[in-house]
Amino acid sequence: MSILVNNDTRLIVQGLTGREGKFHASQMLDYGTNIVAGVTPGKGGQEVLGVPVFNSVAEAKAATNANASIIYVPARFAGDAILEATQAGIDLVICITEGLPVLDMITVKAFVDQSNTRLIGPNCPGLISPGQAKVGIMPGNIHQPGKVGVVSRSGTLTYEAVFALSHRGIGQSSVVGIGGDPIIGTKFVDVLALFEADPETEAIVMIGEIGGTDEEVAAAFIKNHVTKPVVGFIAGQTAPPGKRMGHAGAIISGGKGTAAEKIKALEAAGVPVASHPEEIAELIAARL
Amino acid sequence: MKLHEYQAKRIFAQYGVPIPEGDVATTPEEARAIAERIGGPVVVKAQVLVGGRGKAGGVKLAKTPAEAEERARDILGMDIKGLTVKKVLIDPAADIQDEIYLGMVIDRARQRVVMMASAEGGVEIEEVAATNPDAIKKIVIDPFLGMKSYQAIGVASSIGLDKSQFRSFSKIATGLYNAYQGSDAELAEINPLVVQGDGSLLAVDGKMVLDDNGLFRHPELAEKRDVDEEDPAETTARLADLSYIKLDGEIGCMVNGAGLAMATMDIVKFYGGSPANFLDIGGGADAEKVATALGIILSDPNVKAVLVNIFGGITRCDEVAKGLLKAIDEVKPDVPFVIRLVGTNDVEGREIMAAANFPTATTLAEAAQMAVAAAKGEVNS
Repeated sequence: MSILVNNDTRLIVQGLTGREGKFHASQMLDYGTNIVAGVTPGKGGQEVLGVPVFNSVAEAKAATNANASIIYVPARFAGDAILEATQAGIDLVICITEGLPVLDMITVKAFVDQSNTRLIGPNCPGLISPGQAKVGIMPGNIHQPGKVGVVSRSGTLTYEAVFALSHRGIGQSSVVGIGGDPIIGTKFVDVLALFEADPETEAIVMIGEIGGTDEEVAAAFIKNHVTKPVVGFIAGQTAPPGKRMGHAGAIISGGKGTAAEKIKALEAAGVPVASHPEEIAELIAARL
Repeated sequence: MKLHEYQAKRIFAQYGVPIPEGDVATTPEEARAIAERIGGPVVVKAQVLVGGRGKAGGVKLAKTPAEAEERARDILGMDIKGLTVKKVLIDPAADIQDEIYLGMVIDRARQRVVMMASAEGGVEIEEVAATNPDAIKKIVIDPFLGMKSYQAIGVASSIGLDKSQFRSFSKIATGLYNAYQGSDAELAEINPLVVQGDGSLLAVDGKMVLDDNGLFRHPELAEKRDVDEEDPAETTARLADLSYIKLDGEIGCMVNGAGLAMATMDIVKFYGGSPANFLDIGGGADAEKVATALGIILSDPNVKAVLVNIFGGITRCDEVAKGLLKAIDEVKPDVPFVIRLVGTNDVEGREIMAAANFPTATTLAEAAQMAVAAAKGEVNS
């Protein structure tokens, strides 16, 4: 079992004809992901990597009955691409693109929240259910099918944690990168609820970082609603205040959003917090 | 991207917010000429992109043009928190009866733009939030409706303005909201918004931080970036599309990915060292980008060792290793290196680095300990 993506995922790639889109689509196809269509306005009728290209998401959905879409279009068009997929009635939209203006995202998120679409990202690596479907930019080969769910605001830091888990023979049910922006479609609590409800997930890894209060909200949620063991990690204990640490959302502002506060909240909820990334796998191994 | 006070206020004025009719001077003589034109007492204000100018002596009242020239002479060239003052703003002194705070920010938890107002103006909003949070009134703005005048009037009433001021406050609040939206800002503040003796309102100080991701829509604003006020290494990094933040430790860090870069800094600290920087080289580390990144790290004289931590995902570790060697050959660093490569083809990558006599590590914990030892002058085997 898994959450969000699986063997039934029928994926559209928005931006399939671009360099990034084409590269990652070929990686996803190699992994076995069922890519049914590409979308690039003005390039409908072409075929890329054996996948038919359409002018719009609505056309692609009508022709292929797609249920998910992944977005690789440049930042200035990405907000529009999310809205298009949402309006076409796609169930799950994943936006990989980094650098969307935050005011665009506020409007986009408000619109998506009124629909039945779930948005993952933006500025995220995507998600994978090992052995079933890879919908993102993560290296597929480091993952193993298994029973640990992983949710994270980061990219390579997540790969690091997954690599350490797989190295110990601990597989993953699904790994979800929710993104490093201040306004994101799906938050920790949403994914924690899905893992809690997934019968095959037996333990959860939650990787947070400085900025915002989503980790604190997640800690309260875990305390009240999650029965499975959760292991945490928070990046940015040495980050200075007022500086944006790579991710648009990773900033301590007005004294809020520090790693210390987040670690305290998680520990108060009974979640052990690893002191460095490799310890995540040790803590999980002790709880399976 | 932060704007100077005078830049922020000029943007506010374009959206109908009343501001003092001042001007910017780069010499004491210019300051005098502006003060003569204004006539009457003026305020000479240092234009630097840090808070706490007033406490540092960067804001002074001058009763005459001659005095304005003297105050400008004192302030120009002054060092405020490491930044040299190169410009002063000369504003007519306001007739201050009362001070209000008015600001717009993104509330991440609510996922909305929020306007905040307080009758306790002239002090930092964080201070009010800590000592008297009830004094701060908030309006949550619906992204589809924008700010409505009833919301602004509601705030005007709740912070105790007179009903004769409701209309002018509403116009200022709407102007600030439109300036915020129209400039892709993250923060816009009028602090203080002054109530003058005649009851009129005036935006005496202004602050604006723009969303770097929105600058493509505003080339005229992007040009206002003051590189004099950036760390030169941070400017180089920004132009090379690298994410770099200088810290005050001794171990230079080069990492791919922002979260992993933070985790690498943290583990250096965990093992008793101190990180010299945050640096995310991003995906697909080609030799040229690695060389630029190395140059930036080594431009910091405090760096005593460099820790390279790369997770090879879709980029293979053997390719990263070749890129690293090429870059190191180009930059010829004279501090010890510790290289950790993990992920796809990591064994081959480490073999390439080891053959070139660079200490390599498998785990991050091991790499961090080796880097801490190297920075202390202990030799790695």
